[in-house]
Amino acid sequence: MTLMEQLRRSFAIARKDMMIYYMKGPVITFGLIFPFFLIVAYTLGRNVPAKELYPGLMGMTVFFTATSVGPAILPWEVRSQTFERLVSMPIALWAMLFGDMQASFYFGLAISILTALIAPLIGVSILDVLLFGLALLLSALCFAALGVLLSAYPPTDTPGNTMMLASLVKFPLVFISGVFLPLGQMPYWGRVIAYFSPLTYYTDLVRYATGEASYFPAMASLAMLAVFTVIFMAAAVIIHEKVLTQRLS
Amino acid sequence: MEEIEAIGLTKRYGRLTAVDHVSFKVKKGEIFGFLGPNGAGKTTTMRMLTGIIKPDEGSAFVGGYDVVKENLKAKQARGVVPDTSNAYVDISAWQNLLLTGDLYGLPRKLTEERAERLLRRFGLYEKRGQAVKGYSRGMKQRLILCMALVSQPPILFLDEPTSGLDVESSRLIKDIIREVNREGTTVFLTTHNMEEANQLCGRIAIIRSGKIVAVDSPEKLKTRRREVQSIEDRFDRIVDFNGISLDGVTRVARAGDKLRLYTGDPDHTIKQLVGYAKENGLRIVSLSLLSPSLEDVFVELTGGKK
Repeated sequence: MTLMEQLRRSFAIARKDMMIYYMKGPVITFGLIFPFFLIVAYTLGRNVPAKELYPGLMGMTVFFTATSVGPAILPWEVRSQTFERLVSMPIALWAMLFGDMQASFYFGLAISILTALIAPLIGVSILDVLLFGLALLLSALCFAALGVLLSAYPPTDTPGNTMMLASLVKFPLVFISGVFLPLGQMPYWGRVIAYFSPLTYYTDLVRYATGEASYFPAMASLAMLAVFTVIFMAAAVIIHEKVLTQRLS
Repeated sequence: MEEIEAIGLTKRYGRLTAVDHVSFKVKKGEIFGFLGPNGAGKTTTMRMLTGIIKPDEGSAFVGGYDVVKENLKAKQARGVVPDTSNAYVDISAWQNLLLTGDLYGLPRKLTEERAERLLRRFGLYEKRGQAVKGYSRGMKQRLILCMALVSQPPILFLDEPTSGLDVESSRLIKDIIREVNREGTTVFLTTHNMEEANQLCGRIAIIRSGKIVAVDSPEKLKTRRREVQSIEDRFDRIVDFNGISLDGVTRVARAGDKLRLYTGDPDHTIKQLVGYAKENGLRIVSLSLLSPSLEDVFVELTGGKK
């Protein structure tokens, strides 16, 4: 069975996920409502120019939306007894997870494009559109992979539990990733921690694309996002594979 | 030629050996029943054969493909109705079938043609656009079988396909199983229902505590267990057999106005009964030899009599 064949099947999984999971309560709550109020709290009442707020705004949007679908899918599949059906199908586990990742990616990308479109309305100019677009695509893919990884452990059948646990990982990441404070203004230890968050590199890329001072060279940030994507995806496949029997019992 | 082959399949969960060196072969075109009480290891065996979980020891081949080393090819070669499985209830039957076709790599047009034919055959076509959450249990089970058949697999695995269904759905599913088997599909069926196994299966394997205790045709299994054969006898007057010893009779029980004598050698017992009637001036009103039912054999083999 060829790689292309498996990729085609992974798209069938993504299509199914889009039909079923986009409108599920936990996805709406953790992917839209929650970040919306966080963004409102972040922007309102701060005497900071929109241009400085914009990278954080985009960072939070891509991060929360692209990580919202992935953690919900597998527990839901187990609970509704459709997981065993999927595992019994002639699709490799990596392709199945890649399908879930695509569904998360499209969700994050669609909402983030809408957010990106408000840039001219608030007086923010995107000077490097190509880099901005590339960074958006790569970061949505990276965060979607993180979402699928977050659904791997513990192998529960309660989507709410996975979403809560995912939030425990996601919220600290927002605070250490230069969303609220540019990396250059962070203390040394803060910057060291920030290196381990993919969100750091995305917000830095948005700063670069909008003409703000960036901390890393753009190519380095893109490369880091790609590295994180590969690590998250590989870890997701390995852990999901390990807990598969546990999920089915 | 074997379509399914298990060689020393073993699965352990911690200290519990759920399936213990199970071996059997299923020939092409057979309906093979897999019977056992709850917790005997039926579903675990089926999950290993269908490539859902990996065996700890042993190997299995489906359609000639190793279920571990050639997992996807083995999965492509068969359809499956898992035990704890459901269709996606938020989407329609039609969308469920298209999804299945896509996952088997079928061209969309071919899936649509087959989906329409199957939905009509299973009486679901009129409701094809309705979300599955509105379906009855019987309709859902029919849809799951449609999904297993949409790829027209040469091998079909069914785990308790009629469990808890109404008579109509159950009969329809059994008819379809016979139909696809006539068309050449090899069927592997796990069931609790002895009558179903008796009606459908050419051969049966009985599993107890993770081990195979018998593999044979239902009729041969019945005759093999001669000790559960019985003779039902009625004389023209009531006879008390207490204190009378009959060779080879393991148990005597009264069944209404008849006596039932359990024996391992019916020929010898009948001769003794005829002799006894002659000696005591009794007239034999009725005498019948009762073969054990598959259920008797199952209970005997799985230790249910204890």
